Amino acid sequence: MHIVVCVKQVPDTKIIKINPKTNTLDRRSAPAILNPYDAHAVQEAVKIKKVLGKGTISVLSMGPPQAVAVIKKSIEIGADRGLLISDRAFAGADTLATSYALSKALERISKDMPVDLVICGKHAIDGDTGQVGPGIARRLDIPPVTNVIEVSEVNESEKRILIKRKITNGYELIQAQIPCLLTVEKEINSIEYSPMPNMIKAARYEPVIWSVNDLEGVDRTQLGLKGSPTIVGKMFTPPKPEGGKRLEGNADEQIQQLMELLNDKKELLQPNSNK
Amino acid sequence: MSEKFDVIVVGAGPAGTSCAYTCAKNGLKVLQIERGEYPGSKNVMGGVLYRKQMEEIIPEFWKEAPLERPVIEQRFWMMDKESAVSFGYKGLEWGKEPYNNFTVLRAPFDQWFAKKGVEQGVLLINETVVLECLTENGKVVGVRTDRPDGDIYADVVVLADGVNSLLAKQLGYHKEFRPDEVALTVMEVINLSKDKINDRFNLEDNQGCTIEIFGDSTKGNLGTAFIYTNKDSINIGVGTTLSSMIKAKLKPYDLLDYLKTHPMVRPLIEGGESAEYLAHLIPEGGYHSVPKVAGNGVLLAGDAAQLVNAIHREGSNMAMASGTMAAETIIAAKERGDFSETSLNQYREKLYQSFIIKDLEKYKDAAHTFEQYPQYFKEYVPMLNRAANKFFTVDGTPKKDKQKEIMKSFTSERGTFRLLQDMYRAWKAVK
Repeated sequence: MHIVVCVKQVPDTKIIKINPKTNTLDRRSAPAILNPYDAHAVQEAVKIKKVLGKGTISVLSMGPPQAVAVIKKSIEIGADRGLLISDRAFAGADTLATSYALSKALERISKDMPVDLVICGKHAIDGDTGQVGPGIARRLDIPPVTNVIEVSEVNESEKRILIKRKITNGYELIQAQIPCLLTVEKEINSIEYSPMPNMIKAARYEPVIWSVNDLEGVDRTQLGLKGSPTIVGKMFTPPKPEGGKRLEGNADEQIQQLMELLNDKKELLQPNSNK
Repeated sequence: MSEKFDVIVVGAGPAGTSCAYTCAKNGLKVLQIERGEYPGSKNVMGGVLYRKQMEEIIPEFWKEAPLERPVIEQRFWMMDKESAVSFGYKGLEWGKEPYNNFTVLRAPFDQWFAKKGVEQGVLLINETVVLECLTENGKVVGVRTDRPDGDIYADVVVLADGVNSLLAKQLGYHKEFRPDEVALTVMEVINLSKDKINDRFNLEDNQGCTIEIFGDSTKGNLGTAFIYTNKDSINIGVGTTLSSMIKAKLKPYDLLDYLKTHPMVRPLIEGGESAEYLAHLIPEGGYHSVPKVAGNGVLLAGDAAQLVNAIHREGSNMAMASGTMAAETIIAAKERGDFSETSLNQYREKLYQSFIIKDLEKYKDAAHTFEQYPQYFKEYVPMLNRAANKFFTVDGTPKKDKQKEIMKSFTSERGTFRLLQDMYRAWKAVK
């Protein structure tokens, strides 16, 4: 089984700062990391390969040359090989242009070795759109299965896969044909502490880098900024919520105060009372 | 059995990276293991990098390394409650090539340096803790890491794992620290605009200043405080020996707060925003605390070998020099095919013939003297301030009478005999 995992290098949004004057991300303020959801995607591929006892895991990313770091990170987790598509022609791409470029790279990859499964993270933590995964599936004409929390069974010979999807109040059990594309939630697995041989392999690994010329049948007008209809109108830091009241004292006193407050505002507890 | 390397270097600070870099450059197969997320993420120093030893490893490094400012002025303050006697040197020639030293922030600098090693062929692995050295028949043959399948083998293991080298302790080379052998330094990086720094320290854009502060900066305890200028931030910190802290019941963060709000210091950092808070142990035992540095298949470098000259705040340069000497020893040992203690003891000879051990030997009793006789920091610094105040206050008294009065106050406060004794003792400690 050949699994391709799409990964993205993102600024660590846990610590990134937004310049309050220009409302742009201060990328210098945060290190670039492997998108956390994508790390889980790689881990899931490793898990599937382990269960099947065989297979190949390729990692694919698009980005500037320094994005090879996230491919190396994926090798640490257990991917077999990785490649980066990197070219000025891809720069400034939105989700539409990104999914186009990645699907072209996937077409090229599957020429050498047919792809059975594509796994992506649910979304990237910098843009939070979650559009690239389904976009790739649409372009490759394979079923997209989003918000996956468990891969229950992979049946290679019958070309089907059993999956749990997270929905608002529970989960959905789905059977899909392979090839298909999954986007995964964090709870699908926990990232294992990579064994030393993987670390050494990753430290040595030099990913293949493809330029736009290495892809076939590419319509350049669909790439990069040119192929991106999205316009970012404005970015801003949401204002800190103001007001509120802090209850002081020991637990009993706080409960007492809370009860009084709730008694005073009974209307809060009665649904639709203000309609 | 897993893969075997020529050298495993534990730690990616200045000592480890100097060693790994030099070994790889000479064609050895090197694995370097760092416990932090990236080199520099866990490394702390006040912030002065010396040009000389770095240049010997990477010529003209200042053209590409992430440095803050070349230091053109070094000031020393003998500080009292509301005054300071200061002296220093400012030389504009230090602001031109080849420079004298630089202020640096360790996180970017160590990352850059480690990357230079990787370019030479070092295999660098982060986020990995070395748990112990693997030994066979009394020879260190590799390391056990905390990762699955984590044993790796090499002809030589270099321990550059920092001041509190647990690995050297496991091998029995280190004993536990005595509280007077180690200082605890706490520091902050305070963001302040370039213009404000230039104004307050009388600098231009590419000029830096260092201030070392003695006396009230540590409330009279053995230790120093420092203020170093970066491009658009200031490193401010203070450290004393653990024994002084215990004796005076001082908390390190209280001491830093005291320093930051000291009337002589506050105006320099006013309006700045604290960006980072760091704390680190510094080996200050000097000559007497240097452990066994070479064993069967193993070498110690940098802080792990306690190579710090506390009097001259030199450490990173000694780390780099010792790392390079370790590498040279390993390269020679590889040619001989002999990694026994006898063969690797060449490293010890190199260290002891170099400035490193010679300097540590020169000051071998200094810290002990100043610790044992606290009058130097507690009494003489205030006395000096009172004397300067008296001498420079214009009040119609003839200067000659003032001199007499000052001498008299010295002898009456301490007694002539004790004064001479103190002077002799101090001279002996640093001669």
